[in-house]
Amino acid sequence: MDILLQQIINGLVLGSMYALIALGYTMVYGIINLINFAHGEVLMVGALTSWTIIGWMQTAMPGTPGWIILIIALIIACVVAATLNFTIEKVAYRPLRNSPKLAPLITAIGMSILLQTIAMIIWKPTNKAYPNLLSTTPIQVGGAVISPTQVMILSVTAFCLVVLMWLVNYTKLGRAMRATAENPRVAALMGIRPDMVISATFIIGAVLAAVAGVMYASNYGIAQHAMGFIPGLKAFTAAVFGGIGNLAGAVVGGILLGLIEAIGSGYIGALTGDILGSHYSDIFAFIVLIIMLTLRPSGLLGERVADRA
Amino acid sequence: MQDTKKIVSIAIAAIGLLALPLLLQSQGNAWVRIADIALLYVLLALGLNIVVGYAGLLDLGYVAFFAIGAYMFALLGSPHLTDTFPAMKAMFPNGMHSSLLLIIPAAFGLAALFGVLLGAPTLKLRGDYLAIVTLGFGEIIRVFLNNLDHPFNLTNGPKGITAIDPVHFWGLNLGKAFKIGSYSISSVSLYYYLFLALVLITILISHRLQLSRIGRAWMAIREDEIAAKAMGINTRNMKLLAFGMGASFGGVSGAMFAAFQGFVSPESFSLMESVMIVAMVVLGGIGHLPGVILGAVLLAALPEVLRYVAAPLQAMTDGRLDASILRQLFIALAMIIIMLVRPRGLWPTPEHGKSLQRKGAPPAPVPGSTQAHAPGVPTPADEIAGEASRPMSINP
Repeated sequence: MDILLQQIINGLVLGSMYALIALGYTMVYGIINLINFAHGEVLMVGALTSWTIIGWMQTAMPGTPGWIILIIALIIACVVAATLNFTIEKVAYRPLRNSPKLAPLITAIGMSILLQTIAMIIWKPTNKAYPNLLSTTPIQVGGAVISPTQVMILSVTAFCLVVLMWLVNYTKLGRAMRATAENPRVAALMGIRPDMVISATFIIGAVLAAVAGVMYASNYGIAQHAMGFIPGLKAFTAAVFGGIGNLAGAVVGGILLGLIEAIGSGYIGALTGDILGSHYSDIFAFIVLIIMLTLRPSGLLGERVADRA
Repeated sequence: MQDTKKIVSIAIAAIGLLALPLLLQSQGNAWVRIADIALLYVLLALGLNIVVGYAGLLDLGYVAFFAIGAYMFALLGSPHLTDTFPAMKAMFPNGMHSSLLLIIPAAFGLAALFGVLLGAPTLKLRGDYLAIVTLGFGEIIRVFLNNLDHPFNLTNGPKGITAIDPVHFWGLNLGKAFKIGSYSISSVSLYYYLFLALVLITILISHRLQLSRIGRAWMAIREDEIAAKAMGINTRNMKLLAFGMGASFGGVSGAMFAAFQGFVSPESFSLMESVMIVAMVVLGGIGHLPGVILGAVLLAALPEVLRYVAAPLQAMTDGRLDASILRQLFIALAMIIIMLVRPRGLWPTPEHGKSLQRKGAPPAPVPGSTQAHAPGVPTPADEIAGEASRPMSINP
């Protein structure tokens, strides 16, 4: 029972990070129907920027409390990531908005490789130890333990989700975004500037990705140039799982995926008599996804979209 | 006149392709190796073109079939199986040194089977959903290759399988240099000819498929699946056929890769490879054979060539810009810039869709006055002259 509780906590932490990343994917997809392959790299840039800032602040201002450093690093990482994603959209996706569907996908993949390469040049292709800025004393919950970093991840995610829901549902920008996702041309006729809405979407997605990147790095204590790839992939899976283009779906998909992965890798060894071990955890996501999409091709919460692809 | 010109240019191209390895060989075998790898990528890109280009099914896990072919050859042509399993040792006391004539059909068949296996549950999926499921399939295969050294050692895990036999058939061993008198053709050049032959066969098959009833059915599905169904096309079988055909070329190419390298490990079959193959198809010109070949050669060979030119640059930037980083940088920039400048690929199909007006073509006919006619149907006498000369094509 304790193990189950522990795995549920781990799964929630993992899942909330997936949810943050998946939101970026699903918002971009909902508006311009593009799989933004470079999204995971935005996360990586956010994490590495915060790593640089933290290292710099720790030497320049020793004695500053850890959480202040973390917040400042987080804000700077968000700004850098937002600028980056805004630029990427402007340079690589906007000119291709009316071209064949695969063209922006290829530039997105190209952007992803380019960002990884540039990160390798700037930060060198080594693993960097990401400092733990919060206290390391674990907190007992029932029979399981939860670290302060994990508590922070859960609360920051909850905060981000509330802000995002408010932004999308109760502000003018949010209404414009929903209208553009529904039908860009009609939205434009109603006086919405699609270009502006799309830029805003990329900026919001980048901020969420940067937050997730900082969380991811502090959870695993490591940062490097290729770190964005796997979480990006899983988060995209989560977005599809929940029904791509649907915000609530991305959150539900992300958290479910995290839970499935954590519980699955905790129990698969015992279930199969050690034939399949936890090193198969990376493929749970995909197996669940394939089964899920076979049964319900438009995702968990996805509406039946008539062939937009 | 036109025909002789065509024959002459084909002859020149053929002589050029045949002489290329012999010329490169004198510069060092590394250059021939680059040509070999480029040909393997051409083979892969042509296979993927059937799935993505003709049938319009975006497959991001294509490298899985490449891996299946490669591991099949590795198991059949290396001492790994007989060393690991005593029963196999008893059956083949001298090791299984399978012949090429057995391996190519086997790789073809096995990969096709997996292609259909992947295709079957994904028939209902479209577009990006299909892309992510195929991507997942590719990862699943890779993770299994990585972990199947336990409980029984089938793939030797991340260490990979070594000591794979070179290709040998009819008493000819491609692992050794072939001697004609005092002149010797190196092993890599022999592989070049084998790969070239396979590429030519694949081009022929692809070309014939494209013009056939099957090819037209695929393109109809790509343009509009519901309409295709309404026209009486069995979309299920056609999609499965596309998956199977595409996968089988990947499998053959994988088997050749294993023989050529003499070593396979799961590392060679990462998602990045799948993505690169898709990029080759799209960069070159999706669904257009010369374009796909151009894209594959460009993305496979140019970065390798660059690797040799990069040394001075590396010295200038004290090791920060080493060859592999430079190669990645080049690939990424090429992908972005080519797509921005030519969104339909470097060498796209000449005509695309129905609404596209060709430059210099006469203005669109008044609706009702003339109808476009099918190829092979004689032009009615009242047809507008300019309109009749416009070639019809079902190609994109």
